[in-house]
Amino acid sequence: MSQRIVVDPITRIEGHLRIQAVVGDDKVVSDASSTSALFRGIEIILKGRDPREAWALAERICGVCTLVHAVTSVRAVEDALGIVIPKNANLIRNQMMATLQVHDHVVHFYHLHALDWVDVVSALKADPKATSDLAQKISKWPKSSTGYFTDTQNKLKKFVESGQLGIFANGYWGHPAYKLPPEANLMAVAHYLEMLAWQKEIVKIHAIFGGKNPHPNLIVGGVPCAINPNHPDAINIDKLSLVKSKIDEAIEVVEQVYLPDLMAIASFYKDWAKWGAGLSNKGIMDYGDFPTVPGDKKSDRWKGGAILNGNLKEVFEIDPRDPEQVQEFVAHSWYEYSGGDKKGYHPWDGETMPKYSGPKPPWEFLEMSDKYSWMKAPRWRGHAMEGGPLSRILLAYAQGDEEVKSYVDEALKTLDVPLEAVYSTLGRTLARALETKRAVYLMKKLHEDLVANIKAGDYQTANTEKWEPETWPKTELKGVGTYAAPRGALAHWVKIKDRKISNYQAVVATTWNGSPKDPTGQHGPFEASLIGTPIHDPQKPLEILRTIHSFDPCLACSTHVLDAQGNEIVQVEVQ
Amino acid sequence: MMPAETFYEAVRRSGVSRRDFLRFCATTAAFLGLEGTVLPQIVNALETQKRPPIYWLNFAACSCCSESLIKSSHPLASEALLGVISMDYMETIQAAAGYQAEEIARNGMKENFGNYILAVEGSVPTADGGIYCTVGGRTAIESLTEAAKGAKAILCVGSCSSFGCVTVAKPNPTGCQPIHKLITDKPVINIPGCPPIPEVIMGTIVHLVTFGSLPVLDRLQRPRVFYGQRIHDKCYRRAFFDAGMFVENFDDEGARKGWCLYKVGCRGPVTYNACSVTKWNEGTSFPIQSGHPCLGCSEPDYWDRNPLYQHVADVPLPGFATADTIGGIFAGGVAAATVAHMVASTVKKATHKDAPQETTASGKEE
Repeated sequence: MSQRIVVDPITRIEGHLRIQAVVGDDKVVSDASSTSALFRGIEIILKGRDPREAWALAERICGVCTLVHAVTSVRAVEDALGIVIPKNANLIRNQMMATLQVHDHVVHFYHLHALDWVDVVSALKADPKATSDLAQKISKWPKSSTGYFTDTQNKLKKFVESGQLGIFANGYWGHPAYKLPPEANLMAVAHYLEMLAWQKEIVKIHAIFGGKNPHPNLIVGGVPCAINPNHPDAINIDKLSLVKSKIDEAIEVVEQVYLPDLMAIASFYKDWAKWGAGLSNKGIMDYGDFPTVPGDKKSDRWKGGAILNGNLKEVFEIDPRDPEQVQEFVAHSWYEYSGGDKKGYHPWDGETMPKYSGPKPPWEFLEMSDKYSWMKAPRWRGHAMEGGPLSRILLAYAQGDEEVKSYVDEALKTLDVPLEAVYSTLGRTLARALETKRAVYLMKKLHEDLVANIKAGDYQTANTEKWEPETWPKTELKGVGTYAAPRGALAHWVKIKDRKISNYQAVVATTWNGSPKDPTGQHGPFEASLIGTPIHDPQKPLEILRTIHSFDPCLACSTHVLDAQGNEIVQVEVQ
Repeated sequence: MMPAETFYEAVRRSGVSRRDFLRFCATTAAFLGLEGTVLPQIVNALETQKRPPIYWLNFAACSCCSESLIKSSHPLASEALLGVISMDYMETIQAAAGYQAEEIARNGMKENFGNYILAVEGSVPTADGGIYCTVGGRTAIESLTEAAKGAKAILCVGSCSSFGCVTVAKPNPTGCQPIHKLITDKPVINIPGCPPIPEVIMGTIVHLVTFGSLPVLDRLQRPRVFYGQRIHDKCYRRAFFDAGMFVENFDDEGARKGWCLYKVGCRGPVTYNACSVTKWNEGTSFPIQSGHPCLGCSEPDYWDRNPLYQHVADVPLPGFATADTIGGIFAGGVAAATVAHMVASTVKKATHKDAPQETTASGKEE
């Protein structure tokens, strides 16, 4: 007899996610559903507002990706108004984005994902001398002495003995699916703590350019920070030196801690190259990012595109303006469409009418045959698509990016697995680490470019020619901004009329990855990735956490409302 | 299971010397603006009390407050999660999931009834029976109501739980409410900000742990120690405001010389927070220092107060000008100082209604 497993809340993610899975007698997942359990309505709130302040409100879509939505929003507004940002602003935005990529991935690996692979309690049994030998064998990171690991272990021991386990309480410790020897567990726990302290350092780059983190500041037309090498309160050599020192630290952390840890841990979990492929070999996408020339998508350092059925020989171009490409469906989402549940809408023409039709809470189960999520189902040319580091690494690989190709080939060789192994839970986690390496060296390059540009006498950080709304036409303007967000493909679509936002829509990374089924019954990536996975103990479904966490879900961003032209709620809002 | 350890024991076992512990107590006292004579009281409290359990619930939120918390860099803050407090439930980082996670909260709140701190991030959707936010099949309203029953105090971390923030911005499509409108029989401390400064969150918690009582609150239930002054009062660009030297456009000459951002929309004069004192990310910067006007994110209804880039008030000046024009007339001029004082006092008058009026109700003011 089959049984239903519910994991709600999925913790160690941002937001409220529920997974329901059906497991047969063979203990293999035969069906799964992904439910977003929060709806805030940010896009409705954006309507009628000054387009110049949209970034600030849109940034509050997520406090983990933080800057991500701000950049996407200013890009959409700048696209609508025809504003091209100055070179320095482009470099500074790219720098802040690369910083975020590194911060986000490191925090994801150590603090949101590692405990799926690392048994904290087992670390108590480790021999600190053997841990030290292991650490020194895989990395030249200086904190690796026997004494250091003895201290860490003692700290952990006393913590456990204190009887107050705090955030470590009730984990699946001792689960037979944990494969690491105690020494590797102790090393990983030590690095969990070290990285908790380090992650607050790298975001100082956001504070320098944007005033704070989380939620740094931007402006339409550029960045708010001014450059003046001869003024104490502007971006000067002191500020640039701090940025440089944080980049140097980040390179060390990624090269000497993150990558060695990831490779060491992965070597014990190679069987996870068998599970969790989901849609990664059926449909992947990204919009591309890090333009070298402001406003020119063709100059992106990270190339976008779509790949179908694992055919790396053919990369399709993605056009977010084409009404036939990106569309959203609501057949299994708590919304209704005036065109009916089978219709899909391109975001510029989309409509959203929230209409809850689930059971009255408190409830135990949601029926997968009904509507079951606050997420819509975005599709690209009708295909459900996966986004994120794995998609981007594959896109770069397919398009002949030599840097990425060398990272991938080296990692596969070390792990002794074929390229096909990346279509998996393991591959997704590996790709994120390789992308972090790519991002950290990009930070270095961007810093050199910024310094060179300032040295050449260019101090401009904002294009304010069209700052005043009086300079804009009153007719309807349309814009779209895209972003290679840490979790996947992100885009915001804006319409401006009478100098106010008349329509604002975001189709975000976790909506792509966590989408419910569409009218044709196609599962979204989370759902598809769980099907076929064996579950050792349905009471402790560690395997579900491993695969879902490999996507790094971020739910606040996935729970939004799109435009609802003619919808009553909107009319009320406009008044 | 051994008896729960005290704060002192917790920091000692994490490798902190007695000397450093005493220094921490002194720093805390200074940080909280207290006289040196209360130091023994702090030391005693931290030596004898067990780590207070905290249950941190997330509702309609973006998790920026959780992200802010883990960036705390005040003394011992990196140890906070494992040493100072016992964070027994926090979805964003806790190891347990699903049933096992819910069990921790359910059992823990029963065992520690009347003695735990409830931290809330995010507001609570109330429209249509609360179906816009559910965890474990239960609505946020239901979870909050139950969790509040045994709480010693409720910490509203961030502007969403304090005042509503983006979720209540017009037209508030999900009927979101801040916590103080839903729970009226418990002490509620608001720690607003989008997000709040990490040291402000930690400082408020340390105050509770240390004294077992609430800090003095202003009329908006904010700890006066952190929200007692306007950004403007301690802003390092204040001198330019007083001198009438304003940034007119982003990236203009004034911007490159660090002049006052009032005319491009700064809400520093009407915003109570510690940004210009404590600053962000270990004192690295704060929004004004990096060239952007203050959004006023720790004030109620800040999204609906007025357009972001329109300065808060066209302050009429006696006889001849408004703040809009004095920059142009007097920037760099010798007469600026005189006019600036008029501007300052008029702004003060115009914004008086926003000033926190300390309450004399017991427990809130000495």
